[in-house]
Amino acid sequence: MMLNHKLLKVENLKKYYPVSGGLLYRHLGNIKAVDGVSFYIKEGETLGLVGESGCGKSTLGRTIIRLEEPTAGKIIYRRTDIAKLDRKQLRGLRKEIQIIFQDPQSSLDPRMTIGQSIGEALLIHGLKDERKRGQMVTDMLERVGLEAQHALRYPHEFSSGQRQRIGIARALATNPRLIIADEPVSALDVSIQAQILNLMLDLRREFSLAYLFIAHDLSVIRQVSQRVAVMYLGKIVELAEAGEIFKDYLHPYTEALVSAIPSIRKRRKARILLPGAVPSPLNPPPGCRFHTRCHRVMPICSQVEPNLKDMGNGHLVACHLYGV
Amino acid sequence: MKEVILSVKDLKTYFFTKRGVVRAVDGVSFDLVKGECLCLVGESGCGKTVTALSILGLIDSPPGRIVGGEIFYDSTDLTKSSAERLRHIRGKEIAMIFQDAQSALNPVFTIGDQIEEQIKLHLKVSQRRAKNRAINLLKEVGIPSPEEVASYYPHQLSGGMRQRAMIAMGLSCDPQLLIADEPTTAVDVTIKAQIIDIFRRLKESRKMSLLFITHELGIVSEIGDEIVVMYAGKVAETAPAAELLKNPKHPYTSGLIKCLPDITKEKERLESIPGTVPSLIDPPGGCLFHPRCKRAMAICRKEEPPPVVISRGHTVFCHLY
Repeated sequence: MMLNHKLLKVENLKKYYPVSGGLLYRHLGNIKAVDGVSFYIKEGETLGLVGESGCGKSTLGRTIIRLEEPTAGKIIYRRTDIAKLDRKQLRGLRKEIQIIFQDPQSSLDPRMTIGQSIGEALLIHGLKDERKRGQMVTDMLERVGLEAQHALRYPHEFSSGQRQRIGIARALATNPRLIIADEPVSALDVSIQAQILNLMLDLRREFSLAYLFIAHDLSVIRQVSQRVAVMYLGKIVELAEAGEIFKDYLHPYTEALVSAIPSIRKRRKARILLPGAVPSPLNPPPGCRFHTRCHRVMPICSQVEPNLKDMGNGHLVACHLYGV
Repeated sequence: MKEVILSVKDLKTYFFTKRGVVRAVDGVSFDLVKGECLCLVGESGCGKTVTALSILGLIDSPPGRIVGGEIFYDSTDLTKSSAERLRHIRGKEIAMIFQDAQSALNPVFTIGDQIEEQIKLHLKVSQRRAKNRAINLLKEVGIPSPEEVASYYPHQLSGGMRQRAMIAMGLSCDPQLLIADEPTTAVDVTIKAQIIDIFRRLKESRKMSLLFITHELGIVSEIGDEIVVMYAGKVAETAPAAELLKNPKHPYTSGLIKCLPDITKEKERLESIPGTVPSLIDPPGGCLFHPRCKRAMAICRKEEPPPVVISRGHTVFCHLY
């Protein structure tokens, strides 16, 4: 397999939610959840997407498989633009791109056995033979570290770690190329979190899967990703190789995120405490969206919006500190 | 001489359910030194929250009950105190901050009202003094324009601000001891750093004693003086924070430390602890951790491990030593 091919290419993707209210229910503005995001994922690669709550990372993940309709932009998977597909074509595509959610409790139907839940995914995607389906379900369960007999049980009979394994099994059932994992371990205890991360790493190798791994925990992102994108208020502010971004970060926001991680190891640099919280995406600050909280802010930052610039070696950053 | 403000001795809190007796806390002991921060660490279901609720007499009965042990606060045994005495202590002497500020705050009262209510309940002060006090507290926890925020309802605040308001409420009657139950779990990293910073300052400026409950070892290293690691309702290991993180003795503690992803280096695989936390209705015999322990021996299945003193203040419950 050619591992250097771009599997997914997102170009200038936007997702706005109109807000209306007041007298006569007028259109008041847009919540710009995702506002002009571009990146690519290579075959078999994991791109980590990190940011605080409300930065648009989940919306971005959901928009890629059209659980949300994009407002503008292209989502090119292999040669097709996902943004232009009709319902029927989309169904075929979702076999190739699957999603794993944060909360396995609410993403599994409580009235279906695990076997039915996983089998349903296979049925929808055209595996009509019941015996074969049963066999596939067993294979998948065993592959994620559960047992064949678990297929007859209901979601409430499992622990949260096991439920996340089931979510992964269901995603794997259609033999996808790309998995969008939306905070897959943030609801789990540390010892279980490590088990699930290891499982996801193993599966990536075994099936040469690509992941878009969405998380707010930087150390988790570091563990699983080859490249990492940092998002702030609907935009990517920095993107680089995982080894590089946490060591030689350029954007002040990335710097603050890295310094904020509580660590049991010795801290190398002083912590940067960001004032306040993320501003409302309904009314983002002018210029650079981060300037209201930035510790290295300059006059230009509140006036001109910085573009993503390549600083060499594919290290992208959107910040005026590095020229206009 | 160090003064102990809270001493928990062999605390046992059980829940009597239809399916059987859940031994949520089963023989937990620790001492909290005045002005220090003691961290209770463990995964979900290990009994750390139940321990905190037991201290404050907030265990729902039925089904729960403190079936044994003593909790000494200022030479009073809280387990034997009357409901009225406990009501006086709660909020005034010992305050608690909950994980989920959203559901701990009353949605139909303003932040200011809720803080003032608590002040007026415990201290005999006028309405105006109570209001001023509330505003000063909001300022102390780093809320910008506190006069304005006092008139807000909880839903108008962000998660980080709500958590600060909770802390302000906890501080409202100058408690001697503050119990914080996972106060940083539901917030973002940058906000988490701000909240930890507030606690650290409070410890300094108010010389307050803290019982800090968390599942994150990273936070413990930032704020803790003493650590008590709990597993399945029992204490696994207890030691000064730096010692425990550098020199963990219990296989569970070292497992917890090793399974943390590290931002400074790439690991091929994370070490993990196999299996899951056992059922507390039908716990395994012997050491409760033995089914998941990589270093389990024959004796671990049969006998419960006794406390072993490794060094001053460092005690581990494990047959290895």
